[in-house]
Amino acid sequence: MRAGTRGHRLLLMGSVLLALVLIGAYASVAGPSDGGGAPQARVEIKDFAYQPATLTVRTGTTVTWINHDDELHTVTASAGRFASPGLEHDETFFQRFAEAGTYTYFCALHPRMTATIIVQ
Amino acid sequence: MSNDIDRRGFLECMAWAGSGLVWVLSGGVLSSRDLAEAAETPSVGGDFSFVQISDTHIGFNGEANKNVLGSLQQAIDRVNALRPAPELVLHTGDLTHGQKPGAFDTLAEALKSVRVGRVFYVPGEHDVFADGGKEYLARYGRGTVGQGWQSFDYKGVHFVGLVNVLTFKAGGVGALGEDQLEWLEKDLDGLSTSTPIVVFTHIPLWAVYPQWGWTTQDGEQALGYLRRFGSVTVLNGHIHQIMQKVEGTISFHTARSTAFPQPAPGAAPSPGPLKVPVEQLGSMLGVREVAYVQGKSPLAVVDSTLGRQAT
Repeated sequence: MRAGTRGHRLLLMGSVLLALVLIGAYASVAGPSDGGGAPQARVEIKDFAYQPATLTVRTGTTVTWINHDDELHTVTASAGRFASPGLEHDETFFQRFAEAGTYTYFCALHPRMTATIIVQ
Repeated sequence: MSNDIDRRGFLECMAWAGSGLVWVLSGGVLSSRDLAEAAETPSVGGDFSFVQISDTHIGFNGEANKNVLGSLQQAIDRVNALRPAPELVLHTGDLTHGQKPGAFDTLAEALKSVRVGRVFYVPGEHDVFADGGKEYLARYGRGTVGQGWQSFDYKGVHFVGLVNVLTFKAGGVGALGEDQLEWLEKDLDGLSTSTPIVVFTHIPLWAVYPQWGWTTQDGEQALGYLRRFGSVTVLNGHIHQIMQKVEGTISFHTARSTAFPQPAPGAAPSPGPLKVPVEQLGSMLGVREVAYVQGKSPLAVVDSTLGRQAT
């Protein structure tokens, strides 16, 4: 899995290049909502909550989280598969889900914030 | 507050931290008063006094306070102006804002100017979430046991520092854990019931507002070990505002932050940093002092006026 934040610009640039390469590879399995590119989805973090709380995506989808709060939040998998650093206001974190499954995650700073990604 | 502030605006900002709370434990009675007032009218008396500071959040740069180092320094200046001088400082956590690079160093440098014998710390979740407490314990773990738990006796008062931010799980709240509870029980074992106890920890041990995670799930078990004592004072941070409760011989007090206020429980959609007009912010940040006088009367709590403006 690949992950990054806005702070990791080099990694992000590298990932963008890699994603451009991967678009071709994944075009045949891409979902209808991806506009023809690699499948993408987005979760908003606002008022100490992930929206949507449950997101269902196709295998191979890259999910991007953006923090709209003035407090730091994280995107931390309960099972330890991925973990973001503390995200500042307007910072993003992305994670590609290559394997089907149910991924629950929470905020390591505010653990009452929980949500789920279902990958099919 | 805009990013561009003129000199006047800067001075107004610097006045924010002027207000605060002073804790006075005198003749067995704990009371609090405004720190600015205490600086103007010294000699709280007592066998000794100590200061609680909390939630310094070094590294925070949100709209709620663009100069958390400045407001901390202002609070330190207030502490240094206290007479008689306090002998200890307790920092009840969230030293840093999310373990920002250099934040621990910046805090340590700032606190060098506090003229007290020693500063004791417990971590907040912001100090440990990224690395499970590795850096925090490397810096502040000396003299502690377990994961930063500590106790010490000072002039007849037994102090206990508890850590309730290292076992966060999805959906959870603050927790002490079985090992720490076992240690606490042993630590208190053998102490006379007349020994005054001061417990300091980051997240409130009592259920301030569980909906926002403002509670410790096994806090009640810790309190069970403390109920036999005649005088127990529990000092917390985390919620960036003053709240007090008395339950038998145990009094609970949450502290203001030196960095930014948070909303009252349920008063906002979330407990995020509260943006208030500059002229109000001073009344919502602060520190507190406790002065102790040996006495055997039950502890009582006198609340100070909140919202007194720094001048």
